[in-house]
Amino acid sequence: MSQQLRTLLGAFLGGLLVATPAISALGAVVERGNEVISQAELPLMVADVSSANTFNRNLKKEKDPNAPPPEDGYHDPENEGTHVLQAPKEAYVGLPTTDFGNHVDWVKSLDEGKLAPRWDRFDPTEEPFVMDLDIVRPVKASVPDVVFPHRQHTLWLACANCHPAIFIPQKGANQINMSAILLGQKCGVCHGKVSFPIMTLTCRKCHSKPKPADWTPPLSEASLKNPWK
Amino acid sequence: MMSCNNYKFNWRFAILGVMAGLATMVVSPAQAEYADVIINNYADAAGMRPVVFPHWFHRIRFRCKVCHADLGFQFKAGGNKITMAKIIEGKFCGACHNGEISWSVENCNMCHSGIPGTPTHIHGSTVQRLISPPYKALNAQPQPQPQQPQPAK
Repeated sequence: MSQQLRTLLGAFLGGLLVATPAISALGAVVERGNEVISQAELPLMVADVSSANTFNRNLKKEKDPNAPPPEDGYHDPENEGTHVLQAPKEAYVGLPTTDFGNHVDWVKSLDEGKLAPRWDRFDPTEEPFVMDLDIVRPVKASVPDVVFPHRQHTLWLACANCHPAIFIPQKGANQINMSAILLGQKCGVCHGKVSFPIMTLTCRKCHSKPKPADWTPPLSEASLKNPWK
Repeated sequence: MMSCNNYKFNWRFAILGVMAGLATMVVSPAQAEYADVIINNYADAAGMRPVVFPHWFHRIRFRCKVCHADLGFQFKAGGNKITMAKIIEGKFCGACHNGEISWSVENCNMCHSGIPGTPTHIHGSTVQRLISPPYKALNAQPQPQPQQPQPAK
C-alpha cells in the first residue's frame, strides 16, 4: 500500500513538474540518469536526516528585514493608509548595504552621492558645516580603543544636538561606558535606536583603533593586594 | 514514471522541495523596519490608531538636524508630547506636513496606521532587544473604538 502511495505521489508531482516549470523552480530535483538537473534544494538532505542536527538551530530564523508596511507587524493591515505607504525596499534600491539596522549604509550613501537629504527644510542648496576631527578615547578593557569621527556625525547633525547636553565638549569630561550606552545614554541616545544598532557585528565600528604594542591589561586591585604565588 | 519515461523521479526530494518552496511562500515573515517609532501617547485614548513614524523615509529626504535641531524634536520616543493641535499650529510634524513641503494633516490614516494597543517604542532598539519583552499589540483587550475596525490578529 505504501509502495502504491509513493508511486501515486511521485507520478502526481512528476506530472506537475513537467506541466509547469514554475513549480520545478520551487525546488524539486529531477534526475536523468546520473545528471542532476536542479540542485537548488540539495541542503535539504540535512533536514532529511534530522532537523536536530542542523547548524544554528536555536538562532532566530532569517526574516525579511525590510518588510513592506502591511506585513511588518505593527502597521495595521486593515487601515487604508497603510497600503498607501512606500515599502522600504522600493526606496533602498541602489543604496550601499550593510548587515544590520535598516541594511543600508547611510553614511556611505551620502558620501557616494546616492542620497541628498536637505540640511534646511526649505533650502535644498544649503550645505552642512562638516568638521573632520577624530577623537580617540582609550578604553580600560582589552577591546580596541574608540575612535569617534566628527565627520560622519556633522554630516547629519548640528553641534547643538550633542553639545553640551549629551557630551560636554571638553577632554576627559565625559564618562562613557557600554552599560550606559545600552540603556540609551550617551552614544546610546541614537546608536541602538536609529543610527547603527549595538550588536557584535558593529563593535568594531567604534572600537577600531588597536591597542598600543606595549599595552597590557591593568591588574585588578585584588590581584595587586594578593598576588598569585 | 508515468508522465515521462526517461526521467527518474526522486519523490522524496520532490516532496521536500515543494514543501520548502510552499513554506517560504506562505509564511510571510513579519519583521519591521529598524528605527521606526510607534507613538501612542494619546492616540489609543482618542480612538485613533497609534502613529508610526518611519525614520528611514525621512532620513532619505532630510538630515537629522532639520527635525532634531530646527524643529525641536527630542531624542526620545514619546518624549515630545505631540498633539494634533500643535501640528495644526505648525509645530513638530506640522512644520512640513502642511500641504507645502509635504502632504497635509487631512491624511489621518497615513500616520495613524499602527495596530491599536501598540505601546510607544522604537522598533528594533537595543533596549527593546535586550531588556524588555518583545512588543506586541494588546489585541486581546478590546479597544474602545466604535468606528475603527478591529485588527486581524
